Amino acid sequence: MIPPSFEYVAPKTIPEAISLLEKFGQNSKILAGGQSLIPVMKLRLASPTHLIDINRIDGLSYIKETDGFLKIGALTRMSEIESSDLIKKKYFLLHDAAKEIADPTVRNLGTVGGNISHADPANDLPATMLASDATLVATGPKGQRTIKAKDFFLDTFTTALTHEEILTEIRLPEYTAGTGSSYLKLEKRVGDFAIVGVAVQISLDKEGRVLRAGIGLTSVAPTALESTRAEEQLVGKKLTDESISRAATLASEDSNPTSDLRGPADYKKKMVKILTTRALKRAYMRIVGGGGGVE
Amino acid sequence: MQRGVKEREMTTAQMQEVHGMGHRIKRKEDPALIRGKGNYIDDIKLPGMLFLDFVRSPYAHAKIKSINTERAKALPGVVAVITGNDLKGLGLDWIPTLANDRMMVLPTEKVVYQMQEVVGVVAENRYVAADAVGLVEVEYEPLPVVTDPFKALEKDAPIIRTDKGTNHIFHWEVGDREGTDKIFKEADVVVKQDLYYPRIHVSYMETCGCVADFNPIDGKLTLWMTTQAPHAVRTVASLVTKIPENKIRIISPDIGGGFGGKVYVYPGYIVASVASIITGRPVKWVNDRSDDQPSTAFGRDFHMSAELAATKEGRILAVRIKTISDHGAFHGDANPTKFPVGLFSICTGSYDLKNAFAEVDAAYTNKPQGGITYRCSFRVTEAVYAIERMVDVLAHKIGMDPAEIRLKNFIPKEKFPYRSVLGWTYDSGNYEAALKKAMEKIGYAELRREQEEKRRRGELMGIGISSFTEIVGAGPSRDFDILGIKMFDSAEIRIHPTGKVIARFGTKSQGQGHATTFAQIIAEELGIPTDDITVEEGDTDTAPYGLGTYASRSTPTAGAAAAVACRKIREKAKKIAAYLLEAREDDLEWERGRFYVRGSPDRSKTIQEIAFAAYTNHPLGMEAGLEAVDYYDPPNMTFPFGSYICVVDIDRATGQPKVRRFVAVDDCGNVINPLIVEGQIQGALTMGFGTAFMEEIKYDEDGNVYGGNFMDYLIPTAVETPKWELDRTVTPSPHHPLGAKGVGESATVGSPAAFVNAVVDALSSVGITHIDMPLNPWKIRKALEEKGLAVDA
Amino acid sequence: MGKKMHISVNVNGQAIDAEVEPRLLLVHFLRENLNLTGTHIGCDTSNCGACTVLLDGKAIKSCTFFAVQADGREITTVEGLAKGGKLHPIQEGFWEKHGLQCGFCTPGMMLAAVALLQKNHNPTEEEIRRGISGNLCRCTGYVKIVEAIQYAAEKMREAQQVEAPVR
Repeated sequence: MIPPSFEYVAPKTIPEAISLLEKFGQNSKILAGGQSLIPVMKLRLASPTHLIDINRIDGLSYIKETDGFLKIGALTRMSEIESSDLIKKKYFLLHDAAKEIADPTVRNLGTVGGNISHADPANDLPATMLASDATLVATGPKGQRTIKAKDFFLDTFTTALTHEEILTEIRLPEYTAGTGSSYLKLEKRVGDFAIVGVAVQISLDKEGRVLRAGIGLTSVAPTALESTRAEEQLVGKKLTDESISRAATLASEDSNPTSDLRGPADYKKKMVKILTTRALKRAYMRIVGGGGGVE
Repeated sequence: MQRGVKEREMTTAQMQEVHGMGHRIKRKEDPALIRGKGNYIDDIKLPGMLFLDFVRSPYAHAKIKSINTERAKALPGVVAVITGNDLKGLGLDWIPTLANDRMMVLPTEKVVYQMQEVVGVVAENRYVAADAVGLVEVEYEPLPVVTDPFKALEKDAPIIRTDKGTNHIFHWEVGDREGTDKIFKEADVVVKQDLYYPRIHVSYMETCGCVADFNPIDGKLTLWMTTQAPHAVRTVASLVTKIPENKIRIISPDIGGGFGGKVYVYPGYIVASVASIITGRPVKWVNDRSDDQPSTAFGRDFHMSAELAATKEGRILAVRIKTISDHGAFHGDANPTKFPVGLFSICTGSYDLKNAFAEVDAAYTNKPQGGITYRCSFRVTEAVYAIERMVDVLAHKIGMDPAEIRLKNFIPKEKFPYRSVLGWTYDSGNYEAALKKAMEKIGYAELRREQEEKRRRGELMGIGISSFTEIVGAGPSRDFDILGIKMFDSAEIRIHPTGKVIARFGTKSQGQGHATTFAQIIAEELGIPTDDITVEEGDTDTAPYGLGTYASRSTPTAGAAAAVACRKIREKAKKIAAYLLEAREDDLEWERGRFYVRGSPDRSKTIQEIAFAAYTNHPLGMEAGLEAVDYYDPPNMTFPFGSYICVVDIDRATGQPKVRRFVAVDDCGNVINPLIVEGQIQGALTMGFGTAFMEEIKYDEDGNVYGGNFMDYLIPTAVETPKWELDRTVTPSPHHPLGAKGVGESATVGSPAAFVNAVVDALSSVGITHIDMPLNPWKIRKALEEKGLAVDA
Repeated sequence: MGKKMHISVNVNGQAIDAEVEPRLLLVHFLRENLNLTGTHIGCDTSNCGACTVLLDGKAIKSCTFFAVQADGREITTVEGLAKGGKLHPIQEGFWEKHGLQCGFCTPGMMLAAVALLQKNHNPTEEEIRRGISGNLCRCTGYVKIVEAIQYAAEKMREAQQVEAPVR
C-alpha cells in the first residue's frame, strides 16, 4: 500500500522534463495520470528514485483534426477521449476502447500517452494504435521524431522510446468516408483487464473492396499484437462472411496467449477468432450505416 | 422529519409517530455515516499511537531458519519488532481457536501458509512500518506443500501440523447410514453428482484491524476491534492472556461489513495488544487489502459428493452426501461445539424425506484458516447448494419439470412444526406458496415455452429454481454453545424519567441496521417513538453479554430479548398505571403506548407518564425505575425460507452467461423494517451472484495464492449485478415473541443453486449435468464444445 | 530521499498549507494530516473506489494520487458535501432510499455520484450503473444506491428549475 520514497519535481515545459530525465537517469520516471504507475509503486514492484510530474505542462492535452491527422495530445485524459463527440462520430474504435479502460474514475486521470507508453499487453489502447495505423510522436533531447505504431511496441512494458524521450502526441490518419472501426473487449467483469481484446479498422473503396485493414490484439502476447496475416487476407477484396472468417482464424492463429486467471490459452485463442469476427462485422455496419457514430 | 411509508394500519394518532414493526423508516445510523462521521477502526486516533505492520511469508510451508531484525530496528521511527520467540516468552505464540484447536500467532519454527504473519513491526506511522517490513530478513527452508485436501488425507502426505501428527482434523457424520444405504440400494432412480463449493472470501469493504491501548496504571487493555462478537472475544482473551476479564474492554465501533469474516481471531489483534503492553503506547493495526484477502478467513472450500434416491415418479426418498472440507492450517471456525460442521444437517432441505445420511472429513492444508464465513449461516450455504442442485439433477434425469418436482416433494404446510429425519424441528413454513408466487411473478409457464422455442432455434436459455429452507437464530442452550458459552443473547432496556429509552444489546451490527430495527421492536412493544430510543452495541464494558452477530441470529435472539424485556417493563408499568389510575391491574387494557381502564378509555396513562412516575411517584414498597434485562434462550431455531427463480441466456460463442431476470420470494416471518430486509436480500443476492459467476481464491501446487487482492478477486459492480425483483410471503415463527425470523443470509444460502441450476438447465437438453462454480465463460464454452454446441462467431 | 515539499491545497473550501513527503498518498493526507476520516481505504490496487474524492470537480481515486500533485488544486471530500448544515441531495437520497448499510463505501460512492450528476443531469439507470462502476459495495447489491442517485438527480433538477425556471 505504501510506495517507497522518491524525489518529486513538476517541470513546466517539455524541454525541462527531458533534461530532468537525463539528469536523474534510468531510475527516474514520468508521472502522467499515474493510474498504472502509482499502483505498481504501491505494490513496491517499481521504485523510481525521481518522479517527474508532467501534469503541469501546458499544451499537451488536445483533440483536433489537422494536416490530415487526428492529433491527440499525450496528456489527454481517457475520459476526454470517451466524451469527445469528434471521436464518437468518426474514430469509433478509440471511443470503444477508451470507455472500456478500467472504470470512469480512473479514466479521469489516466492519459492516452500513459496507457500507450506503459505498454502493458493488457492495456487497451496499444492494440487500437496498431489497428488504426497510428503514429506516435516522441520528444527527446534531440527533438521530435515519429514512430509508427507497428514499430513502437517492442515487448512487455517496453516501447521504442528511449529513457529520455516523452510521448507527446498520438496521430491517427484522418477519417475518410468508408472507414469503420470497432474495439471489442471480453472481460470477466467490467473494469477488469481484457481476457482478450480486438481492435479492428477497415476502409472500403466505392466498390466495397477493402483498401486497408488494421487488426490489433490485446492480452494475447507479450505486447499488443498486430495480425498482419489477417489484415492481408482482407485487403483487395470485398468483405464477405468467408473473408471475415478466414481473417479471424488467422488472427487467432497469430495470437499467443497464456493461461492465467483470465482463462486458459486455448479459450483465449478461440475468443480472438470470435471477437475479430464480431468486430469486423461491427466495423462494417458502421460504414454502411452511414458512419453515423457510435450506437 | 420524513415519515416512512406505513405498512400497517394505524388506529390512533399517537401510533403514527411510533414506527413499530413493519415500518419502512429511514435508518437512525445514517446521519453520521452519510456525513463521513462514522467511527471505523482506522478512524481512531489516540495520542502517541503507533502502527503495526507484518512481515509475511512468501512460502506456503517452510522452516524458519533465521530472522534478522537488526536493520529494521535501526530504521528511525521503528519502536519495536516482535517475533514468535518474543510471544513464546509470554505464552502467546499459540492461542486457542474458537473451534478448540490452536493457531499460531507468530511462528517460532515454521510457516504453514503463504502470507502468514511472521514478524510484527511497530513504528511511528504506517509509512515507516512499511519500510521496516522490507528490512526484516527471514531465511526459509521450503518444505513440501499440500494444497489439495484429498492429498492431505492420503497416507504419506506431508504433515502440516506437527503438533497434531495428522492432517485429518475430524470425521463427522449425521443420520442413519444403514437405513439410507438400504433406500439407495432399492430405489428406482439414483443420481449422483460431485459438487465443489469453491473457496471464496467475504471481501467486506473495510479490512480487519484494531487499536490496542494498554493502560499500565490500572492494567486495563482497551481493544477497539473489527469483531462481530466482542464479549466472547473478551472472555477468551482473558482466559488466554490471564488479564482479568474486568481489565479487558473490547469496543467494536462502526464496522465496515463483517459477513462472518470478523468473527475469527487474527494474529494482528494479539500482536497489537502485546505491542501496546511492551511499548506503553496505543498500537493500531489495519490490514492492507492484499494482506487481508489471502490471510483472513476464507469461506466454503467444500468438496461434496451428493446423491438422491427417488421413485421413478419423482418422489425423493433420501439424500446422501460425502464431503471433504478444507480448513487451511488451523481449525478456527466458530461453529457451535456440538456442530463441527455447523448446521449442514439441514441438507434434507425443504423436502419430506424418508432418510438421510451425511459425513464430512476435514483436512488441514497449507492455507489460512476459515470455512465458516461469507454469510454461510454455519454451512447452510453448502447444504442448500447440495440439495437444491441435486433436485435439479434428479429432475433432469427423469425428465420432470424442476418446479413440479419441488411442489411434489415439499413438506406440506400442514406438517409444521416438522421434524426432519436429521433431527431439526422446522418451526413454520409454506414452501408451496413461496414457489408459486415466484413462478407467477416471473411468468414461469411462458418462460418454459420461450425456452422450447429458443431450443429449436439453437439459442440457449435456462431457468433455475432454488427453494431453500434456512436455519438461523443460534441457539437453544440445550444444543448450542461456542467454547462452552451458551448462545443466548441479551437486551438491557432502561426508560428515563422523561420517557426516553437507552437499550443495549449483546449483538453487534456491521451494517444490518440494529440501531433502527431494535428501536422499532421497542417502539412496537412499548409505544415509544423510535426517535426517542437510543440503541447501543459493541462496548463490552456497558453492553449485556451476548454472542454477537453472525449466522442471521440477531433478530431471533437479541430481537426476542428486546421484546421479552419490554414485556417485563410493561408488567411493572401496569402496576404503576394501576396505582396512578387508582384502578385494579385486571381492569387495565394496553393499547400501544398507554394503559387505559376498560370501559373508560379516557382514564389512561401514557408510557411516558408512567416512566416519570417510576422515579417520582411510584407505589410505596416498589423499586424505583423502569427497566429490564433479558437473556433470551431461544426454544428453537427459526427457519426462514424462500423460492428464487433465475433466467439466464448463454452466448454460444463466448460461453458468457447473462442473468436476464431474477425473482426472489423470501419469507422471514414478521418483518420489522421492510426497507432494511430488502437491502439485506439484495446485498446477499449480489454475493450469491459473485459466488456463482466470478469469485474464487485458488492455490497452485506450491501454495501460491491467486485472488489475493481486489485486482484478481472480482466482486460484482453495479454494471453486471442484475436488477433483483423481490417479493415476500409471511409465515410467522410460532415461537418467536414477534413471529420474526432472521434474514441476513437467506439469499447467499438460496441463490447460488438458482444461478447454477439456470446455467445447467440451459445446457441440460444436450446432457450436461453440472458445471462447478464460478461459472466462468470458458467453463461454459468447454461444456458447449464437448456437446458440439459451441459456435465460432 | 523524499524530502518534504510544501503544498497549498483548498479542501472543502478551506485553504490548507502543509509540508508533505512526496510519497504521501492524497488519501492519507486527508485522513491523517487533515483528520478528514470520511474518505475511506478499501483496497490497495485502485479497484474499490472507497477513497473517491473530487479534484477540481472531477472524481479521482485519492489512493492513486500523491498529495504533492494536489498543490494549487481544489479537493472536495464527503465532509464538504453538506453546506451550512444542509445535506447535499445525494446525502438525502442515500438516507431516504437506504442506499447504505455498513457505510464504508458510501462517501466514495456519493462523490462518484455527484461527479456523474454534474456531467449528466438526467442519467438513465444504465448510465448510473456505469458511472459508479469504479465503486464497489459489498452490502447493498446496488439497487438502492441507484434509487438514491435517481432521487438526488431529481432533487438537483428541481433545484435548478427553481433557480432558472423554464419559461
